[in-house]
Amino acid sequence: MKHEELLHRCFRCGWCKLPVNFMDINCPSYLKYRFETYSPGGRLWLLRAWLTGDLDASDRFKEVLFSCATCKNCVEACGIPGIKDHLVDMIIAAREEIVNTGKLPPSIRNYLTEIYNRGNPFKKPQSERGDWAKGLDVPVYNGQEYLFYAGDVGSFDESGIKMTRAVASLFLNAGISFGILGENETSDGNDVNALGEKALSEHLAVNNIDQFTKRGIARIITLSPHAFNAMKNAYPLLGGKFEVYHYTQMLNKIIKDKLPLGSFKARVTYHDPCYLGRWNGVYLEPRNILQSVPGLDYMEMGRNMNSALCCGGGGGNYFSDMLGSGQDSSARRRVREAEEYGAEVVAVACPICKKMLEDAVKDEGLENQMRVMDVAQIVIEAKRKQA
Amino acid sequence: MEKIYNELKDIVGAEFVSNQPEELFIYSRDMGTMLPAAPDFVVMPDSTEEVQKIVLLANREGVPVVPMGGGLVLSGLTRALKGGMVMDLKRMNRILEVNETSRYALVEAGTSQGILQAYLKRHHPGLKHSIPDAPPIATVGGNVLIHGSGHLSQIGGFHSEMLNGMEAVLPTGEIVKTGSCSASPYWFSRAPLPDLSGLFIGWAGTTGIVTKLSIKLFPAHPYNDARVFITGDIELIADVLHRLTGTQLTEDITAGVSCIIGRVQIFPMVIINYGADTKEELTWKRNLIRASVKKYIDDKTGGFAPLPPASRADLLKAPNPQPTQVADEKKGGGFEYVGSIMPIELFAGAYNIGVEISKKFGIDNLMAARIIGGHCMMFSYTYTFNRAIDADVDLARNALHETNNAVLKLGGIPWKAEAPAQKEIIKHMDPNTFQLMNRLRSVLDPKGIMNPGNWEVG
Ligand SMILES: Cc1cc2nc3c(=O)[nH]c(=O)nc-3n(C[C@H](O)[C@H](O)[C@H](O)COP(=O)(O)OP(=O)(O)OC[C@H]3O[C@@H](n4cnc5c(N)ncnc54)[C@H](O)[C@@H]3O)c2cc1C
Ligand code: SF4
Ligand code: SF4
Repeated sequence: MKHEELLHRCFRCGWCKLPVNFMDINCPSYLKYRFETYSPGGRLWLLRAWLTGDLDASDRFKEVLFSCATCKNCVEACGIPGIKDHLVDMIIAAREEIVNTGKLPPSIRNYLTEIYNRGNPFKKPQSERGDWAKGLDVPVYNGQEYLFYAGDVGSFDESGIKMTRAVASLFLNAGISFGILGENETSDGNDVNALGEKALSEHLAVNNIDQFTKRGIARIITLSPHAFNAMKNAYPLLGGKFEVYHYTQMLNKIIKDKLPLGSFKARVTYHDPCYLGRWNGVYLEPRNILQSVPGLDYMEMGRNMNSALCCGGGGGNYFSDMLGSGQDSSARRRVREAEEYGAEVVAVACPICKKMLEDAVKDEGLENQMRVMDVAQIVIEAKRKQA
Repeated sequence: MEKIYNELKDIVGAEFVSNQPEELFIYSRDMGTMLPAAPDFVVMPDSTEEVQKIVLLANREGVPVVPMGGGLVLSGLTRALKGGMVMDLKRMNRILEVNETSRYALVEAGTSQGILQAYLKRHHPGLKHSIPDAPPIATVGGNVLIHGSGHLSQIGGFHSEMLNGMEAVLPTGEIVKTGSCSASPYWFSRAPLPDLSGLFIGWAGTTGIVTKLSIKLFPAHPYNDARVFITGDIELIADVLHRLTGTQLTEDITAGVSCIIGRVQIFPMVIINYGADTKEELTWKRNLIRASVKKYIDDKTGGFAPLPPASRADLLKAPNPQPTQVADEKKGGGFEYVGSIMPIELFAGAYNIGVEISKKFGIDNLMAARIIGGHCMMFSYTYTFNRAIDADVDLARNALHETNNAVLKLGGIPWKAEAPAQKEIIKHMDPNTFQLMNRLRSVLDPKGIMNPGNWEVG
C-alpha cells in the first residue's frame, strides 16, 4: 500500500479529533460513531493491523475505512508534523487496495458502477445532463472565455440545479463570456478518486482533459469545490493544465463592478466546504462576497475556515450515506451550531454541502427559522431587491 | 456473553456497544509499551443513569469494568487486564455549569480538556482551567483522577487539588456525591466535609466511575510572558526552582534536559510562565522573578536566555504540542514516560538516574519536570521507540521498568504507574497503608469488578 511506511508513525494521540481551535469534535466519522476505531488515528491503526494480518477486511473494517469524509480536519490538526500531510492519502491508498479486491460496500459499488456505465451517479441518461439550463439562455461552449462546469450534483440533483442556475444567471447578468458542455459533460472524478477507484478517476480525468483540450478550453469555472479540486490539482498531473476557478472566486471578482445589489436583510453565516477551504485554501472570497451584500448581517460560527466542520458529504459519503443519518451526523451538528450562533441563513458554496445541510435543517425541525442558501442565491436575492 | 452484550445494547443502544474485532483490537492497547489485553466489549454510555445500569449489570454478572477517558495515560491503565468491558466515557462530555464569581466549572467526566478550554475562551474569557500538555482530547475526569498537572500547577498544585467534588457510580451501583455538592446546590469545595473524593483519586479506576466533577477555574490574564533560565550546573536547579516558586508569581514552571544515549546535550533549562492584567504588572512580575535568581546571574552561574518572538509564542502555547511531537523522534510513532512525583530537592539525583539508565540501555532519555506548587515536581523520563520494531518497544519497556525502580529507591513515586510498577510501589509502601487500600476496595467493590489487575500484589 502506498504510504504504508508512514502508518506506524501515527501516535493515536487524537489531536486530529478536534479542530485546531478545539471547539468540538471535528472528525465527522468519529463524531457520528464515537468509537476510537472511527477516529483518524484509530483508522490508521486498524489499517496497519490489516496489513500485518492482525485483522481481516470485514464489513465493519470497510465501514471504518469508507466513512472518512476526506475532510482534512485531521491533516490540519494532527499532532505529528512528519505525517500530517499524508493522512488522507493513506486512507485513499487503503481504499485503493480494497477496490482492487473487488469487495466493496454495496453503496460504493453502486456509485462507481453508475459512473462507469453512465458517466454520472444519478441513474439518469447523459442526454438530460444539460437540462438544468433550460430556459436560461446559457450557451453551449463554443470558444467562449470560460467553460462553466456544473458537475454531477449541480446537473442532476434538484437542490444542486437551483444552485447551478443561480450561478449561471449571475454570470449571464454580469456579461461573463462562458459556455457549458451540457450533455457532453462527464463526471470530474474527484470523489471517485477519494473512494480509491484510481483507474476510473484517471479515465474520467483523461477524458475530460481530452475534451477540454480539443475544444480549446483554457479557463474553467466550477460550481463544485470537488470538481475545482480535481481540475486544479489532479488534472495537471495527467497533463491537463487549465486555469481553474471556483465560482465564488469569479463572483468575488465581479461583485463590486458588475452586479449592483439591493439589500439582503438576514443574519448569515458561512459554512466552508472542505474541498474549497482546507483542500485549496480558498476562505476569503466567499466571505468577501457575503460581506459586500448591503444589509447582510454576517457572522462566523465558532468552527470556521480551517476549523470548519465538514457537512459529512465528502469522500463519496454523499452517495454512500455512511455519515448522513442520526443525531450526531455532522450535517445535523453543523446546523445546530449555526442555530446556536443565531444564523437565519447558512450560506454554502458547494452543492453537496447544500443538500446535506438542507436535509439536516429538516431533520432538526428548523425549517421555519433557518434557510440554507448558496452564495449565488443570496446575491441573486439582493439583486432582485435592487431591480 | 451474548446475554450481556444484548443487555448492554438495551442500555446504551446497539450503536454504542461493540464486540467486534476492530474495537476489541484498538481498545486492547494504548500508545505506550504495555502489551495488549483485550476486552470482551466496549461500551459508551451517555449518562450517569446508563453508567449505573451498566455497573449493576457488571456487578450481577461479575464482569470487569475498565473506565476510560481519552485513553492517553500511556501506561496501559485502560486495558482490560482481566477481560470484561472497557467503558469509553467520552460521550459524557457536557459542560454543565460555569460559576464565574466562585470560579468553578462543573463538567461531565468525559469532557475533553481542549473543548473545555475553547468553551471558556468563548463564554468566559476572564477564566481558564489548568490544562495539561496531554493531547487536548484527554478528559478532565481522567486527568484529575490520576493527579494530573498542568499550566496552572504553580498556582493550584495537582489537578486533583483543584477538584471541588464529584458524582460517582460505585461498583455496587449507588450514585454518590463528594464535596460541597453533597450538602449544597453549589460545587465550590471539598471542605469542610470528610474528604471522600480521595476514594476515587489515584486509584486507576479501581473504586468506581466518576461521572461529573467540579474543578477550580483561575483568572485568564490578557498579558502573558515566558522566560527561560539556563544554567550549566545541574546541582543548582533545585535551589533555582526553590527561589522561583518562592515568588508565588508564576503560573507554571517546567525544567528540561535531554540526554542522548548517555551524553548530555543541552544546558538544563527552566521555563517560567506568568501572566498579568496590565503591562506594568507583567514588568513588575518579570523583575521580581529575575530578582529571585539574581544571585546566580551575578555570579555568572546562570542567566535568562534571550527569546525570539517565535520561541516565546511556542512557550505560551497551552497545551504545548511539543511533548506529542516527541513520538516522532525516531519516526516511530511511540513514546512512554515514567512520570515520578518527588520533592524538588531531588532534581539532581533524579537527573543522574536518567543519565545512568540512558547509558546502560543505550537509549535516549528526555527528562523534564513540572513543578507542582512550591513543594514537589513531576519528573519525567521519556523513552521514544519505533512502534514497528518489537525490539525497540521492548527496550523502552525495560528502561521504563528500571527507571520506576530507581525512582522508588531515590524516594520518588511513579505516577499513573503501569500495573508492574504499581506492584513495585506496593513493595515500598507501609503494609498498613496497603491493607487499608484493600479494605476500602473490598467494601466498595466486593466482587472486584473495577479495573482488576491494578493496585494488586499478585
Ligand atoms: C503527549 C502527552 C503529554 C502529556 N502531558 C501531560 C501533562 O502535561 N500533564 C498531565 O497531567 N498528564 C499528561 N499526560 C498524561 C495523560 O495523557 C493525561 O494525564 C491525560 O489527561 C489522562 O486523561 P485521559 O482522559 O486520557 O485518561 P485515561 O487514560 O483514559 O484514564 C486514566 C486513568 O483514569 C481512569 N479513569 C478515566 N476516567 C475515569 C472516570 N471517569 N472514572 C473513574 N476512572 C476513570 C482510567 O481507568 C485510568 O486508570 C500526557 C500524555 C501525553 C501522551
Ligand atoms: S493522525 Fe496525527 S493527531 Fe491523529 S492520532 Fe495519528 S498522530 Fe495523532
Ligand atoms: S479526513 Fe476528516 S473524516 Fe477523514 S479521518 Fe480526517 S478528520 Fe476524519
